Parts: sequence; C-alpha cells; structure tokens
Amino acid sequence: MSEQKLTGAQIIIKALKDQGVDTIFGYPGGAVLPIYDALFQQNDLRHILVRHEQAAVHAAEGYARSTGKVGCVLVTSGPGATNAVTGLLDALCDSIPIVCLSGQVPTHLIGNDAFQEADTTGITRPCTKHNYLVKDVNSLARTLHEAFYVARSGRPGPVLIDVPKDVQFADGVYVPPAEVKHKTYRPQVKPEIARIEEAVELIANAKRPIFYTGGGVINAGPFAAKLLTQFVKATGFPITSTLMGLGAFPASDSQWLGMLGMHGTYEANLAMYNCDVMINIGARFDDRVTGKLSEFAPGSKKIHVDIDPSSINKTVEVDIPIVGDCGAVLEDMLRIWKARAKRPDQAALKSWWGQIEGWRARNCLNYNRTESVIKPQYALERLREALRGKDHYVTTEVGQHQMWAAQFLPFDQPNRWMTSGGLGTMGYGLPAAIGAQIAHPDAIVVDVSGEASFLMNMQEIGTAVQYRAPVKIFILNNQYMGMVRQWQELLHGSRFSQSYSEALPDFVKLAEAWGCVGLRATTVAEVDDVIAKMLAVTDRPCIVDIAVDPKENCFPMIPGGKAHNEILLGPEDKPSDATPEDGMVLV
Amino acid sequence: MDEHKIEKHTIAVLVDNEPGVLARVIGLFSGRGYNIESLTVAEVNNADHLSRITLVTSGTRMIIEQIKAQLSRLVPVHRVHDLTDEGPSVERELALVKVAGTGDKRIEALRLADIFKATVLDATLTSFVFELTGTTAQVDDFVGLMGQLGLVEASRTGVVAMSKGATGF
Ligand SMILES: Cc1cc2nc3c(=O)[nH]c(=O)nc-3n(C[C@H](O)[C@H](O)[C@H](O)COP(=O)(O)OP(=O)(O)OC[C@H]3O[C@@H](n4cnc5c(N)ncnc54)[C@H](O)[C@@H]3O)c2cc1C
Ligand SMILES: Cc1ncc(C[n+]2csc(CCOP(=O)(O)OP(=O)(O)O)c2C)c(N)n1
Ligand SMILES: [Mg+2]
Repeated sequence: MSEQKLTGAQIIIKALKDQGVDTIFGYPGGAVLPIYDALFQQNDLRHILVRHEQAAVHAAEGYARSTGKVGCVLVTSGPGATNAVTGLLDALCDSIPIVCLSGQVPTHLIGNDAFQEADTTGITRPCTKHNYLVKDVNSLARTLHEAFYVARSGRPGPVLIDVPKDVQFADGVYVPPAEVKHKTYRPQVKPEIARIEEAVELIANAKRPIFYTGGGVINAGPFAAKLLTQFVKATGFPITSTLMGLGAFPASDSQWLGMLGMHGTYEANLAMYNCDVMINIGARFDDRVTGKLSEFAPGSKKIHVDIDPSSINKTVEVDIPIVGDCGAVLEDMLRIWKARAKRPDQAALKSWWGQIEGWRARNCLNYNRTESVIKPQYALERLREALRGKDHYVTTEVGQHQMWAAQFLPFDQPNRWMTSGGLGTMGYGLPAAIGAQIAHPDAIVVDVSGEASFLMNMQEIGTAVQYRAPVKIFILNNQYMGMVRQWQELLHGSRFSQSYSEALPDFVKLAEAWGCVGLRATTVAEVDDVIAKMLAVTDRPCIVDIAVDPKENCFPMIPGGKAHNEILLGPEDKPSDATPEDGMVLV
Repeated sequence: MDEHKIEKHTIAVLVDNEPGVLARVIGLFSGRGYNIESLTVAEVNNADHLSRITLVTSGTRMIIEQIKAQLSRLVPVHRVHDLTDEGPSVERELALVKVAGTGDKRIEALRLADIFKATVLDATLTSFVFELTGTTAQVDDFVGLMGQLGLVEASRTGVVAMSKGATGF
C-alpha cells in the first residue's frame, strides 16, 4: 500500500477514530485551530464544546467511567492546558483513562516565552500517568496509539499529548494502531497461580472474613464485577467497598455491609476492625479508609489484589500480595475455590454474621426524621425511591452531600456511580454528569450537588443546554460548605470561618435564565413532587434547589487519626478523647 | 527485623533516553519525599537510545520497595535493579579535585595523591587538579585530606555501579 500523506491534524482525527473514539470534549484556541479545522471537515467524531477546560476533562471522566472507554479531551496551549490540570490530576487520583490533546506553540518558538506558551509537559508531568511532546509529525500517529494503550492498560490514568501547531500543519505518514507495540510498558495482568492458591487456602480457613473491594474492580470492567459477585456469593462472606468501588457488588444483596471508611457504616467498619482475614480486591488502603494505621484491622491476615505493584505494601503491609487484574485474579480464584472440597467453618461464619447483625441493628444511617425541615438524607431517600427500577447514573460534587449520596443511594451495577474520590474536586459532578449523559442519552443522569460545589463549574449548564443533555442537578442546599462546617464544629470549636455560602443566586431563576427547568422544595411535603417533576424533564437540564437543614452533620464519622472502633454515630456521640494532634493535622 | 531501620541502596535503572525522562525520575523523588544521595545518568546504548541511571538512596525497607515499584511504573523505564539486594556488586565514583598551595603542603598533596592512585590532570606552580577513581568512601577520605592541604574545589560524578559476575542487565 502506498504511504498516504496526511497533515498532523488529519492524522490526529484518523488516530482517534481508529481508537474507537466517537466523542471528544474540548475548547478551541489559536494553537489547536488546525485540529478544529480537521474536525469541521468530518462527521464521525463528535465534539462537545464545554465552557471551561477543567470541565472538558471531568466530562471525559464521566464519559469514561460510565462506558469503560477512554475519555478524550482537546484543549489549546497555555491557559487551555493549565485549566485542564485539575481535571488531569483528578483522573490520575481516581485511575480514570483519559487522553488529552493540547496545542502548543510552533516548535521553533518553544522556550521563547511565546504567546500562550506554557511548559505543558513540565506542568502536567506529576498530574498524568504519562505525557508526550510530539515534535515530528511522523511520530504523531504512533504516539497517539501509544497514549491510548498507556491510558487504558494496567492502572488506568490520564495521558497528555502536546502537539505544536506546526506539527499539526505538517504532512506526515499515518500508521494504524495494530502496528504499534509498546516496548517498555507491559503491566502484569495474569496473577501467579501459587499466590492465588495460598489466598484461597487462607480464605477457606477464615473465621471472621471480609471482602474489602475498591475502584480496581470497576476499572477491570463489568466482567470482573460479575465474578466478584459470584465469588462473594459462593463464600457467603460479608463485603464492603470503598467510595470508588460502589456498584461492583449489588447493594441490594444481604451480604452487602455498605461503604467503609470515614463516613462508612458502623457494621462495615467494625467488621473490618474485627476481621481475621481481609480480602482486598482493587482497593488501595487510602487514609480515608484505614483511619489510624497502627490500629487498622489489628490481628488480621491480609490479601491484596492490585494491578499496580506500587499500591502493594505502600501503607499497609499485607500477607499475600497478588499483582494482576481483578478480573483475571477473580477468575482464577473462583476456579480454584470451586475445585476445592473443603469449605470454611460454617459455625464460625454463622457466629461472625451474628456479630455483624448486632452491629447492623444499630441502624447507623438513621437520622432525626422530622416534618419541620427537609433532612438531606430524607431528600436522598426519596430520590432513591423515585429512581428505583429506572436506568440511571449518579455523579456527585464534593462534601457532605457526596457522602450522603454514597450512603443512601444503592447501586446494583458497576459504572453507574461517578464521584471524585482521591482528589475530592468540587465542581466535578456537573461536567461528569454531562459526560455520562452524552454517552447514555436515554438514561437518567443526576448530579447530587451542594450549593457551593455547584458554583464551581456551573457555567457548564450552557454545555448541557447546547447538547440537550437533560442532566438533573439535585442541589442539597444547606447554605454552608457543609463538610467544612462539620469539621469546624467538631474540631475547631464551632468557629465557622468562611464556610457560610453568602450571596447565593436564586437557583430557579438561574435555571430559567439558561432556558432550563428550575424547581425548589422548601418543605418536606414538596420533596416528592419536585423529584417527580425533575424526572419528567427530558429535553433540557433541570436544576433542583432543595432547602435542607443547614445544621445536619454527616454520620457515621471516624474522626481523623482515630481507629475504626472509635466511630461516631451521631451528634450525641462525642469523640472518646480530644482528637490527638497527629489526628488534627490530617485532612 | 527492625522495620524503621534506614538502609542505603544502589539502584540501577535502564530507561529510554527521551526528553523528560530524567525529570520524571527526579520529580518522583522530590514529589514523594524520597532521598537521593547521588544520581548519575548517561546513554549506554546508542543504537536503542537507552540510558542507565545509577541512584543511591536511603530509606526504610518499605520505602526502598516503594521507590523500586514507583520507578518501575514510569512508562519509559525498561528495568530496575537493586544492586544492594541482588548480590555482590562493584561501585565507583570519579572525582576531580583542585588543590592550591606551595611548599610542604604541595609536596604532601602530591604524595597523598600517589597513595590514592590519583593522577594529575593539570599542574601549575601553585596548583594541581587530581583525578581520582574509587569508592565513595575513598573519595571522601581523599577530599577530606586535601581539605587540610589547600582544597579549592571538588567535582564528583556520583556512584556508578554494576553487579559482579557474568550476567548483565
Ligand atoms: C469528602 C470525602 C470523603 C471521603 N470519605 C470516604 C470514605 O468514608 N470511605 C471511602 O472508602 N472513601 C472515601 N473517600 C474517597 C477516598 O479519598 C479514596 O478516593 C477512596 O477510598 C479510594 O478508593 P479505592 O481504594 O477503591 O481506590 P481507587 O482510587 O479506586 O484505586 C483503585 C486501585 O485499584 C487498582 N486497580 C486499578 N485497575 C485495576 C485492575 N484492573 N485490576 C486490579 N487492580 C486495579 C489501582 O492500582 C488502585 O490501587 C472520600 C473522599 C472525599 C472527597
Ligand atoms: C476545589 C475544591 N476546593 C475546596 C475544597 C474543600 N472542600 C471540601 S468539601 C467543601 C464544601 C462543599 O460545600 P457544598 O458543595 O455546599 O457541599 P456540602 O458539604 O454542604 O454538602 C470544601 C470547601 C474541595 N474539596 N475542592
Ligand atoms: Mg452546602
């Protein structure tokens, strides 16, 4: 076949198509005009014009997390690239596969402090899994294919490709994806069988076991979630998950203990504290989960499955490390488990469940049900009932509402729940909801939001309106940066320094200004009606302002630096002693 | 075993010699708060554009393992070897040492250079530049002695290292 010459911009479009990209989120500027020109002259790739580059990355994250595909972003040089940085780091922290293309000043001007020049690869090096500056048009196609491979393989993450404008104009040769093999990056997918056998042996002899699963199962795909469910059902063991892993195991199942960690359930945290065998599948012992490290599940034997060897023994030393993909590991585990004749000690397991049922009976998510004010938990319970049985996706912003959403909205399938866990980026939820809605136009997509977080990226309403993405922005408006207020109340003598949401807009009028539907509930009686009206809107975004109790705090809570068994269940619980200094410094 | 014991390790890393690769390695150390006692890098295979980095670092066992895992997950890294863990190895450093002085001190400097098998790269009536190859401890000793004999400056490469025996990287 004769080598066909294309411009750099055409090569980019062709490479994206060959990588299966159908949607790209972006914002134009001088340094990417040739790419925008090439986009204009084709119809296969859909470009979604955001209103801020940070939102382009979050939208791509929502798209990626809800589909399992790589999310794709296009931004211009300088401010375009720097605006994208928060999104890139967010994707890095939460292991979301993203390919971000950024324009750069022409090669001969690099280093000259040219107009809109930024050292983009320098700035994004610690915020990406990998990045490239492409100076030769003939390596552009190869680099793009490599970038997709790196973004989705092993522990997924964001990859940035910086392309100088002259390279976008230059003619070069295109190579298809199949011809590109990576010479160094080959993450281990298949686990060592000997380790799996050891793990199965430990699992079979457990008396107080628990599965602690995480985002890695979601990363591994729906097949891994299915295998996890089968394995957990086969063992009869209790299971808890991190914030990032919700939905991998059905929340409606009786073996499900709810989320663990700082705002996890009493039963999940106490089961972790008291377990004798912990089976960690695709979770990374985050500090929000472990609490005080020296008292984290003391006396337990730990199995840790992770595709990234650097996650293993990073903070918690484990007994059986297994490097591999959750899907591949679970496949082997399930097979070896089934082949094994001996089953765990049923009497021990029964008494373990008895203990757990005792903790469950504390009903830790209970709250003060009152008619006088809308409790945020109540609003979410009603949302849960309204969404039951409907095809839906939920994103969140960051704060109390995020934690309540994790506690009160159940997920029976993976890829339905999108939240910023590792970086905790306020402003994530709306653009992520738009990304998810673009990928699933007929599904219901709700962004559970706080009034402060919403303001961080509310310009994206414009994007949602333009593309008729009927996202539902469900604002639990407590007039405070509630999560900040809660910490100030518990740890800083109720000195509410700068955490009041002053000068809020009228959210209903704001919605109307954009041609969206705006709704408000100020009494308990109005909540159901407002939710029903919200769900009835299918052709435009809908902003719902729920006036919730400004003083409500999120429980359970394990204060920073405390162990799982020092969990606070409600406002009447006071920390056992003053939070120690080493706990105060934790975020 | 004491898990808090600080160990010193020499780690060799084979990387693609591409722009930014050194920044990635150094950024990893500074970003995660790891120690670098010395770092050397140069291309060792022109055909494949491979560079070899030799790092000397210290930390607890858990941190050393983290450092290796973190280095291994950098995309342009081919291989990571912990020479301290993987059996006997040889280590060398090269130093250039400038000493100025006259009379007895000058004679003594030359005599010590002879003992340390340092060679003279440059000589004037009032100064020498010595070249010395040795272990880090030998170079430390030599530079220390010169300190009393008119040391002007020293420039050191940092450690390069290799495992003993027939097998390579
Ligand atoms: C306000 C706030 C409060 C929070 N409170 C809590 C809380 O109470 N409880 C809680 O759990 N979290 C909480 N978080 C989230 C927390 O910060 C972490 O983001 C989260 O706990 C990490 O989840 P994870 O361990 O599942 O890891 P992830 O960040 O999802 O990482 C996934 C892990 O799996 C590995 N992996 C990736 N792909 C694969 C694969 N294919 N196969 C195998 N392994 C793979 C990765 O290497 C990584 O180690 C909170 C966040 C915020 C913002
Ligand atoms: C970009 C960003 N800035 C600051 C913070 C710190 N922070 C965490 S939660 C929070 C308050 C969020 O308020 P709101 O959105 O109203 O949610 P609420 O907690 O009231 O439900 C703040 C400021 C953050 N997570 N992200
Ligand atoms: Mg609020």
